[in-house]
Amino acid sequence: MSSAVTAAPRQQTGVIVEQVVRTFGDRVVLDHLDLTIGDEELVVLLGPSGCGKSTLLRLLAGLDKPDGGRIEVPAKRAIVFQADRLLPWQRVLRNVTLGLRGQDADQRAREALGEVNLTGRENAWPKQLSGGEAQRVALARALVSEPELILLDEPFASLDAITRVRMHDLVRELRRKHHASMLLVTHDVDEAIALADRIVVMSNGRIGNAHQVALSPSAREASVAREEIRAALLADLGLASQH
Amino acid sequence: MTNVIVAPKPAAPSGIAPAAPAPSRPRDVFLPGSVRRQTVLGTLRRRLRWPLGIYTTPVVLLIVWEILAKTGVLKPTYAPAPSDIVSTTITLWRDGVLGPDLAISLQRAGIGLLLGLSVGIVTGVLGGFLRSGEYLFNGLAQILNTIPLLAVLPLMVVWFGIDELTKILLIAFGAGVPMYVNLFAAIRGVDQRLIEMARTTGAGSWRVVTRVLVPGALPGFLVGLRFSLAYSILGLVAAETVNADAGLGFLITQAQTYLQTNKVFVGLVIYSILGLVADQLVRSLERVLLRWRPSYEAT
Repeated sequence: MSSAVTAAPRQQTGVIVEQVVRTFGDRVVLDHLDLTIGDEELVVLLGPSGCGKSTLLRLLAGLDKPDGGRIEVPAKRAIVFQADRLLPWQRVLRNVTLGLRGQDADQRAREALGEVNLTGRENAWPKQLSGGEAQRVALARALVSEPELILLDEPFASLDAITRVRMHDLVRELRRKHHASMLLVTHDVDEAIALADRIVVMSNGRIGNAHQVALSPSAREASVAREEIRAALLADLGLASQH
Repeated sequence: MTNVIVAPKPAAPSGIAPAAPAPSRPRDVFLPGSVRRQTVLGTLRRRLRWPLGIYTTPVVLLIVWEILAKTGVLKPTYAPAPSDIVSTTITLWRDGVLGPDLAISLQRAGIGLLLGLSVGIVTGVLGGFLRSGEYLFNGLAQILNTIPLLAVLPLMVVWFGIDELTKILLIAFGAGVPMYVNLFAAIRGVDQRLIEMARTTGAGSWRVVTRVLVPGALPGFLVGLRFSLAYSILGLVAAETVNADAGLGFLITQAQTYLQTNKVFVGLVIYSILGLVADQLVRSLERVLLRWRPSYEAT
């Protein structure tokens, strides 16, 4: 596991990314990128494929090291990957308890599975789950450790549209119970509007424009403000002319 | 596919004349199995198909062999009838020849397997988990892997004499090398993304090993076990035919000297039964240990 970078932490909560550089060979993927995520804030990182979204997320997760700059994240963090990444040889419950210690591990895992509406599926094998169920197990596995930062790497990209909308509802519901900062990486503008407190658009290895989204759940579905944000996001992504 | 019935070409709508005589396109219609057209031939074919599972072919072969032998097409010195082999086996057992021979052979195979599997598993685990383990064992194992088992035998006789040690070491060699090779590949082949995921959940090294690497390497381990068991029997045969005064191989060599073909066959049958038992053992292990695996089931 990675440990926090050299200097002492500057704040107690959230995420600080300062002037982070990451290069692969000659290609500069992250070019002096700055980003902060507040306590309990859900930031959506929006951008086209290959713009470095996942690279940034892997850096925050500690799965990769920056070539320059400074990253500060809570030690208690969890990741939900694009694929569910369940262990096929462990039943659902044991998949959720993977990182847990202590006597109450099973009980906590059961509760986490209940929160994602999977009570009764504890003894199923991953091969018996549908795509949505598997991704909810992955969500439960992330939540069960009560992380202070949850990183979601296009977690719903491989789900069908109906299941995805249900997952968005679920995420909103879970945010009421769990008080964690969240970074969700996606290329789906509608998903970004549905979930974000703040949407940041990434381009050329940096964070471009940011949009605060302070709308009610119903206003996120349909409202003038929603359409304005959507148009602005599409403009940021260079897609405005098509609409 | 078993459930395919090609539907009759749909009749052209009677009222409207078709614009052009459309070429009949092949279409598939899928129906539940019970709705399938019941033809006498089809029912017969289904019922006759593989009544004994994987043992159908061996049993059919045995029956054909028995008939050929009884009608005199096959000479007894060439290949005695299966019923002769069975009665010879019973006679040998009653005479107290077969029992001790079988016991000593099984003992050799057991000790050799135990030694070979232990060495193979320990080195395989070390090589799989540790970079230094890989450097230490992998080159040697890959070299040994290409050396045929039977070619080592003369050398072992020179080094270790013609006693039990040579026989056990040969069996151990046969069992150990494939176990190492397969276990090493299995551990290295565990999905990197799952290991990464496990680390991000905060699981410690021990958890990662016991919950991810070991179960992930299990399918490859069982492949290794299958090869180990087969090669250990091969090693047993080779070791016992060279110099032995007891054991199945001794039985066969002795029978060969006196042209007792039926006794040779008794030895061969027992070897093949050992192989069959080993295979069934691994199969049942797979059924229990690999329940989680979505596997292909042939129709």
